[in-house]
Amino acid sequence: MTGATITPAGPDDRAASRAAAFGDVLRSEWTKLRSVRSTFWALIVTVVLGIGLGAVISAAAAHGYAKSSVSGKLSWDPTAVSLDGMGIATLATAVLGVLYISSEYSSGMIRTSLIAVPKRGRVLAAKSLIFAVVTFVVGEVTSFTAFFVGQALISGHAPHAALGDPGVARAMAGAGLALTALAVLSVAAGTLLRHPAAAIAGMIAVLFVLPAIAQALPDSWRNPVTEFWPTQAGGQLASVHHSAHTLQPWPGFGVMCLFVAIVYAIAWTLLDRRDA
Amino acid sequence: MIEARNLVKRYGSTVAVSDLSFSVRPGMVTGFLGPNGAGKTTTMRMILGLDAPTQGSVTVGGRSYRDLPAPMREVGALLDAKALHGGRRARDHLLCLAHSNGIPRSRVEEVLRIAGLEGVARRRAKGLSLGMGQRLGIASALLGDPAVLIFDEPVNGLDPDGIHWVRTLMRALAAEGRTVLVSSHLMSEMALTADHLLVIGKGRLIADTSVDEFVRSSSRQSVHVRSPQAAELAARCRQAGAAVRAGSTSRAAAAPVAGPDAGTSPDVIEITGMDSAEVGRLAAAHGIVLFELIPVKASLEEAFMELTRDSVEYQAAGATR
Repeated sequence: MTGATITPAGPDDRAASRAAAFGDVLRSEWTKLRSVRSTFWALIVTVVLGIGLGAVISAAAAHGYAKSSVSGKLSWDPTAVSLDGMGIATLATAVLGVLYISSEYSSGMIRTSLIAVPKRGRVLAAKSLIFAVVTFVVGEVTSFTAFFVGQALISGHAPHAALGDPGVARAMAGAGLALTALAVLSVAAGTLLRHPAAAIAGMIAVLFVLPAIAQALPDSWRNPVTEFWPTQAGGQLASVHHSAHTLQPWPGFGVMCLFVAIVYAIAWTLLDRRDA
Repeated sequence: MIEARNLVKRYGSTVAVSDLSFSVRPGMVTGFLGPNGAGKTTTMRMILGLDAPTQGSVTVGGRSYRDLPAPMREVGALLDAKALHGGRRARDHLLCLAHSNGIPRSRVEEVLRIAGLEGVARRRAKGLSLGMGQRLGIASALLGDPAVLIFDEPVNGLDPDGIHWVRTLMRALAAEGRTVLVSSHLMSEMALTADHLLVIGKGRLIADTSVDEFVRSSSRQSVHVRSPQAAELAARCRQAGAAVRAGSTSRAAAAPVAGPDAGTSPDVIEITGMDSAEVGRLAAAHGIVLFELIPVKASLEEAFMELTRDSVEYQAAGATR
C-alpha cells in the first residue's frame, strides 16, 4: 500500500470535517441495532407471540365465559383478555434492551464505541431513544393488532370491547407507552450492570419475581407494593378497569417514569465515571 | 502530537503507570515498547479517554480526548481488533463507526479497499480470520483520515505478509506527516518500523530515544575466545584494561545446539573493551594459542531485555537470562 491511497481526502473533504453531533450518534446506534440478527428475531417473536398468544387466550376465555360464575362475569374485561399476550412482549423487550448495550460490554465493542464517541452520555441517550422509538412502534402495532384479533374471536361468545368504549383507546396507546418506558429501563439496566446475564436477571426480578413475592405478603405490605411497584403502577395505563389498591392510569405511569428516570440517572453517572 | 504529563494510573494498590511524561511527535513512527504488563495498553487507554488517569493528564493536539469535537477525524485507534460485535458484517461495523462521527459512507468503501477487505465486507465479524480481523481494526482506525494514529500490538497474529503490510502502512502514514504511536513487546519489530522509541517497564519510562541511538548505545560488542591458555590471556587482557568473564561454549556461532553440559568451560572467555584484532595481536605478542576468536554483537533483543530486566512483571522462575 502506498501513501497515496491512504489520503484520498482533498482540501474539500477536510473542509467538510465538522464536529460530531447527536444526530450522528443516533444514526450510528440505529445502524448497530438493525445490523445484528438478534434484533430482528426478538422483534418478530414479540409481535407474533404477542398477537398469537392473545388470540389463543381470547378464544379460550370467550368459550369459557358462558360457564363462568357471576363474579367471573362481573369482572369480565375483554380488553385485558386480548392483551394477555403482551407479557411476552414485555420480556422480549427487556431482554433485547439489556442486550443492546450489555452485548457491547461482553464483546468489547463498548471500547470501540466509546473511542468513537467519548461523550459517553450521548451513546446512552442515542441507544435509549432509538430503542424507545422502535419499541413504541412495535408495541403499538402488537397491542392494536392483538386487540382487534382478540375482540373478533370473543364476539359472539361473550361481551366484547370496541375501540370507542371508555378507556379502551387510552389502554391501547398505554400498552405501547408502558413498554417504551420499560425499553428505556432495560437499556439503563444493561448499562448499569454490564453483564448480560446479570442485567436480564435483574429485569426479570423487577418485572416478575418481586411482584410475585409481594403477593405472598400480608395485605398491609402487599397493597402498597401492588400500588406503587413501578412496573405494576406503569401497567395501569394499559388497563381499562381500575381495581383496588392500584393507582390511576396516568399517575401510575408517572411512578414508572420516575423510577426509570432514577435508574437512568445512575446508569448515566456510572457510564461517565467508570473506566471502560 | 500526543503529550503526557506525569501520568499515574493505580488500580487499587497496583500501580499500572507511574509518573509517565512523554511526547509523541508527528512525521515519524514512535514505537511504544515494553514487556507484557509494563503499562503500554493502560497508557493508550488513558490517551483515548477510556480510563481516567489517577493523576496527571494527557492531550492529543492540545486537547483532552473527550473534548475532541470529532474524535475519529483526529485520532484513529486500534486497541483490540476483537472488540466488536461478532454478529455484525464487516462493512456494517465500519458504517456504525463512520456514522457516529459524520464520516461519509464512501469512506467506508475506501478503507475496505485500503485494508484489502472488499472480498469479506459482507462477512460477519466472527467469521473473519485473525489477520482479517486485524485488518478490519486498522481499517476502522483509518476511517476518519486522522492526523494521529494509535495502534496497540497491530502485528499480533498476522502472517509475514500481513506484518509487512502493517509495517509499510505505518511508515507511509508517518511519511505523510501523521503522528503514529505503535506499541509492541518485540524490539526486533520496532527496529524495523519505528523512528523513535519510548521504552517503559513497570509503568515507568526507561528510555525516550531515537531507534538509531538506541541501537548504537546498546550494540555492546564482545569477543569470544577459546584457548588452551585462556587464563593467561584473561590476565593479559585485564592488564590492558578490558573486562573478562567466563564465556559459554554455546556462544560460538558454529557451536552445536547446547547440550546439558554446554555452559561454561575453563577454555572459553568473553572479553569486552577490546575488539577482536586487539585480542589477536595481544595473543600473538605473548605466544598464546587461539582456537576460536569471534566478535560477538549483542542483538537488539538482548539489549532491550537487559534494559528492562529489572522491570519484567512476570519472570520465569529459574530463568538464567
